[in-house]
Amino acid sequence: MTAKVLVLGIGNVLWADEGFGVRCVETLAESYAFGPEVRLLDGGTQGLYLLPFLEEVDTLLVFDAVDYGLTPGTLKIVEDDEVPAFMGAKKMSLHQTGFQDVIATAQLMGYCPEKLILIGCQPEELEDYGGGLRDVVAAQIAPALAIAVEKLRALGIEVREGRTESNDLADPSILRGAYEEGRPSEDEACRVGDDRFLPQGV
Amino acid sequence: MVSTPNGFNIDNSGQRIVVDPVTRIEGHMRCEVNVDENGVIRNAVSTGTMWRGLEVILKGRDPRDAWAFTERICGVCTGTHALTSVRAVEDALGIMIPDNANSIRNLMQLALQIHDHIVHFYHLHALDWVNPVNALKADPKTTSELQQAVSPSHPLSSPGYFRDVQNRLKKFIESGQLGLFKNGYWDNPAYKLPPEADLMATTHYLEALDLQKEIVKVHTIFGGKNPHPNWLVGGVPCPINVDGVGGVGAINMERLNMVQSIIQQTLEFNRNVYIPDVIAIGGFYRNWLYGGGLASKACLAYGDIPEHPNDFSAEQLHMPRGAIINGDLSTVYDVDPRDPEQVQEFVDHSWYTYGEPGKGLHPWDGITEPKYELGPNAKGTRTNIQELDEAAKYSWIKAPRWKGHAMEVGPLARYIIGYAKGHEDIKGQVDGLLRTMDLPFDALFSTLGRTAARALESEYCSRLQQHFFDKLVTNIKNGDSSTANVEKWDPSTWPTEAKGVGMTEAPRGALGHWIKIKDGRIENYQCVVPTTWNGSPRDTAGNIGAFEASLLDTPMERPEEPVEILRTLHSFDPCLACSTHVMSPDGDELTTVKVR
Repeated sequence: MTAKVLVLGIGNVLWADEGFGVRCVETLAESYAFGPEVRLLDGGTQGLYLLPFLEEVDTLLVFDAVDYGLTPGTLKIVEDDEVPAFMGAKKMSLHQTGFQDVIATAQLMGYCPEKLILIGCQPEELEDYGGGLRDVVAAQIAPALAIAVEKLRALGIEVREGRTESNDLADPSILRGAYEEGRPSEDEACRVGDDRFLPQGV
Repeated sequence: MVSTPNGFNIDNSGQRIVVDPVTRIEGHMRCEVNVDENGVIRNAVSTGTMWRGLEVILKGRDPRDAWAFTERICGVCTGTHALTSVRAVEDALGIMIPDNANSIRNLMQLALQIHDHIVHFYHLHALDWVNPVNALKADPKTTSELQQAVSPSHPLSSPGYFRDVQNRLKKFIESGQLGLFKNGYWDNPAYKLPPEADLMATTHYLEALDLQKEIVKVHTIFGGKNPHPNWLVGGVPCPINVDGVGGVGAINMERLNMVQSIIQQTLEFNRNVYIPDVIAIGGFYRNWLYGGGLASKACLAYGDIPEHPNDFSAEQLHMPRGAIINGDLSTVYDVDPRDPEQVQEFVDHSWYTYGEPGKGLHPWDGITEPKYELGPNAKGTRTNIQELDEAAKYSWIKAPRWKGHAMEVGPLARYIIGYAKGHEDIKGQVDGLLRTMDLPFDALFSTLGRTAARALESEYCSRLQQHFFDKLVTNIKNGDSSTANVEKWDPSTWPTEAKGVGMTEAPRGALGHWIKIKDGRIENYQCVVPTTWNGSPRDTAGNIGAFEASLLDTPMERPEEPVEILRTLHSFDPCLACSTHVMSPDGDELTTVKVR
């Protein structure tokens, strides 16, 4: 059972819209059934730990919160050679520093997947530690999944309605529902970010 | 000039240089220094620039889930936080884990140590010493001779092998797409290696990339998955079924054999590649013995890798516990994380408030309440600081102290404490290294000492892995397949109120989680992470922390190219992501350097 496709969600679920990618993969597993050739993975903010997963596939599809400087909630899709360039371009997501290095490293080692697809969503709020997805970003999960399914089908991958049991997703206690429900109120837990690092008007 | 109570002279009159890495994989770190007219650092200001309120978001959650949250704090040491968390809960509730769980947790924790150390050295820190661009000028034949001299047992050493790597590297660098080596100061005279040593080390950078993929399989085997392995309060979540074939998640002989093979490969790499490289590279920098800072004065370790389950007494830990203060290596104090007078955090120079100045709080009573304000001498604005005022509040990091002392934590601290305690394995390794390099003991108190201690520790951890692997297999053969104790899983078995502490040695140093549980829920949770110790701002008395101390008196070749600052800060393996080797929002160099 060697996966040929890796569907990867990256980001930190603890930082509001930063969790977009991970939540997409979670929702994908709840809504669609894939065969054994597709691996659905919560990559978190990990860097080199992800290399072995890249090595075993021909196609990599990444969900991520990416700061493209667009209106919050806008989806943007880039493919192949554009992916690393985009990740290194102005306006980046918080952890891309890590992930673009992973891609560069995979290229250096000669096992970067041939086909790269990045489905990115412009975040609204990143500076809310312990927060969840903002409405405008959460609303893009379904459209992002629809695009992913279309892209995968176009590559000849079988995608059916249903569910995929994956061992590679987040622990149930931090899946979106449990995470949101168990959160203390803002009064109890200050969740303000450091405004110095909100690039104001950049 | 001001003298700090912990014995350093600081002078902030010279030119100010700001090094501000802009990444937030796990947090930000910024550093400001003043250099004198000779380019020597005379004042250093280290600041964590990101609010991190994990403690408060855990309030009201189920204690049995805390590990899954703490695993997300950091992009690097996920498993260590998870382990610390389950230990804290077990301590609070008096849960005893079985012997196999102890061995398996140790195997996972050691795998994380080794993985982190190797990746840190080759993929982050090496580029502070090694120049991959210069490697293109190397003669493969001379490189082969060097390799055979440095490590006769390493099989990958032919001229053809090095020529192939060189060609691959050349193609990669010429393709121009590459971020990996893009941000170096490759023509800075601070780089001292001949091209052949650069090629050898860069080749091992690639070999280490392949190996690190194997090391982490230990986590997948025992933790069920990666990069976020499963943990369990009461033990480990993997059943043992040695007769089983390919059962989902169960540990069988096939998987155990794979673990054995990984341990062996890793041990060989540590012995034949990592340590010889540190010795060879270190040899070219043997006069660059800066960066010791607090290491010769005050070190702290909680210790880790218990021989027996549930026994955290100092003499039962393979990684040593203890505290050294005032530079007196003849006395190693024991450390009690429960004692309200020992570990305390201060916030007079941090962007938090306790309501009154000068107060230190033990983590069980810790408060995480932000108060962001800049001092009168800060330059810039609240959202764009040009220059910090270190006489006021200047960091999002609290200042933890042990009995009032600023302490260094991490591999070097562990090794100094181990040496001072007469730990046989550690003493043997250190004496051997110093003899090989013909260096005095004091050379250990340096940036290179920190880097060398990490390499030695990686090898020691491989040996410990073998020890616990053998122990696990023996225990299983004797018929014990228990991996978890679920007697107290149900919250109805818990007392109404309980408090506990979990300790580990993370790759970058002493890590503690303190938990208070009330009515089955988390009432308070405080993490004091290694980089809080090392990167701490000043305290009420004016003591400086390990990062700040380590930068003092270091001469810079070119103040606008902070190779020396990064070299020393990287030697701590700071988990506040602090790296020049990644990209910035502008797609070029990560670190902005401002000389004022």
